[in-house]
Amino acid sequence: MLSVRGLTKSFGGFVAVSDVSFEVSEGELLGLIGPNGSGKSTTFNLIAGTLKPTAGSIRFEGEEIGGLAAHQVCHMGLARTFQIPRPFRKLGIRENVTLAAYYGRHGRVGRDEAEALAVEALETVGLPSDAATTTEGLGAAGLKKLELARALSTQPRLLLADESLGGLDVAEMDQAAEMLERIRTEKGITIVWVEHIMGVLMRVVDRVIVLDHGEKIFEGLPADAARDRRVAEVYLGTQH
Amino acid sequence: MDIYLVEAIINGILLGGVLALLALGLNLIFGVVDVVWIAYAEMVMVGMYVIYWLHAYYGWPLPLACLVAVIGVGLLGILVHLLIIQPILGSAPINQLLATGGLLFFLQSFATLLFGTDFRNIGLRMPIIEIGDIFISFSRLIAFCVALAGAVILYFFLSRTHIGTAIRAISQDREIMGLMGVDERKVYVITSAVGGSLAGLAACLLVLQYDVHPFIGLSFGPITFMICVLGGLGNMIGGFVAAFLMSQIISVGGYYFSIELSYVFAFLFFIVLMFIRPQGILAK
Repeated sequence: MLSVRGLTKSFGGFVAVSDVSFEVSEGELLGLIGPNGSGKSTTFNLIAGTLKPTAGSIRFEGEEIGGLAAHQVCHMGLARTFQIPRPFRKLGIRENVTLAAYYGRHGRVGRDEAEALAVEALETVGLPSDAATTTEGLGAAGLKKLELARALSTQPRLLLADESLGGLDVAEMDQAAEMLERIRTEKGITIVWVEHIMGVLMRVVDRVIVLDHGEKIFEGLPADAARDRRVAEVYLGTQH
Repeated sequence: MDIYLVEAIINGILLGGVLALLALGLNLIFGVVDVVWIAYAEMVMVGMYVIYWLHAYYGWPLPLACLVAVIGVGLLGILVHLLIIQPILGSAPINQLLATGGLLFFLQSFATLLFGTDFRNIGLRMPIIEIGDIFISFSRLIAFCVALAGAVILYFFLSRTHIGTAIRAISQDREIMGLMGVDERKVYVITSAVGGSLAGLAACLLVLQYDVHPFIGLSFGPITFMICVLGGLGNMIGGFVAAFLMSQIISVGGYYFSIELSYVFAFLFFIVLMFIRPQGILAK
């Protein structure tokens, strides 16, 4: 479904992502992990069209999308969430999501359909779907949910979830993991999940890719990653 | 209560409507595209000339001439965005100010070259309404009502349509719009068209009351800009309130002293408030 080949991004002399290649197949829940600054978010930005790659190719369902504008990538059915939620504070919760639904996947949908998609997405993540609720009362977990609802309402086939679950407690992390799992099975959306803490992610993903200093150092089953020497070095070196 | 004071207050309210409309257009552009169209009042001038020539010279019906002005200045707004603003969107704000400032002088000089410095009037004489002992100019009343209607329509456009929501959203966070499938450049073009059309609408209202000449923009440009800053640049409601504040100072000040002195008061008020509330009168 998604095929990344030799993806490279440098900012001046600093190489944030270096020659990274991986495949995501349809229906998969893939984990992308690595310590802070390992190039996870940059990889997402390159795929989603927020940044343009320096080199390499990104093919989504057979079509080259590297270097396309963000809205074009969105129209093709690829959505992303941000590590730090960025809702439109002056719009209500539902208005935030309806906007994404209206302009999302197919360019334009009807007004009623956009509202319906927004309500559906809000119910999926468990946020109030009435038109009156503002974003003011939302805490860290609520904002994450809103971010997710907004991405879902664009009707993606592939979701890039930048969840780096900082600021959430253990119960909220479990809840978030469960939600991604549910979105995958119930809605049939392929998911790439970015995270810097291994624990929760390892329990639910099919496969995991580990980045360090912009390079892919591991790709395989979560169980094997836990036994991999380089992965252990990276994580023992930074986490403990 | 002094009957002339009442008249001055009413005239102030009527003037406030038109100033509010001008401020809305400028604020809309600034809030969304993050660029100040210094030449905004000169675009109003272009609209006034359009109406003057179509109506007074070629004899078109006034409503039709006005419609052409609204659409025409709206298209001019798109041109201004595509030709001047878009290429320098990423550059320093001072460059954008200089570029639209350049447009101001270009439009002024172009109008002078084409039409000379004559004061031209569409020759429309509107009745004066008399309520009790108070006299109200009908053209001012119309201008006020249309300006208010324009503001209400803009409000519904921004709050009830999807493109309106996108316009409000992009002014809060422009980077993530694309991730929701919104083409940022399209939103800018549409906003510029709406901002231009508002200038065109203001032209329709001003041409009823004032002669058009190449420097008419100077009578409204600075005060409009001050109103926007006073209300907090990009803050539409603040601009709206500030327009009525300024127009009252001008109108009531003009009654007690003279119209020239009232402008001095308005500028003084502006300067003092810039010290007290630099973020605008409605800033938190």
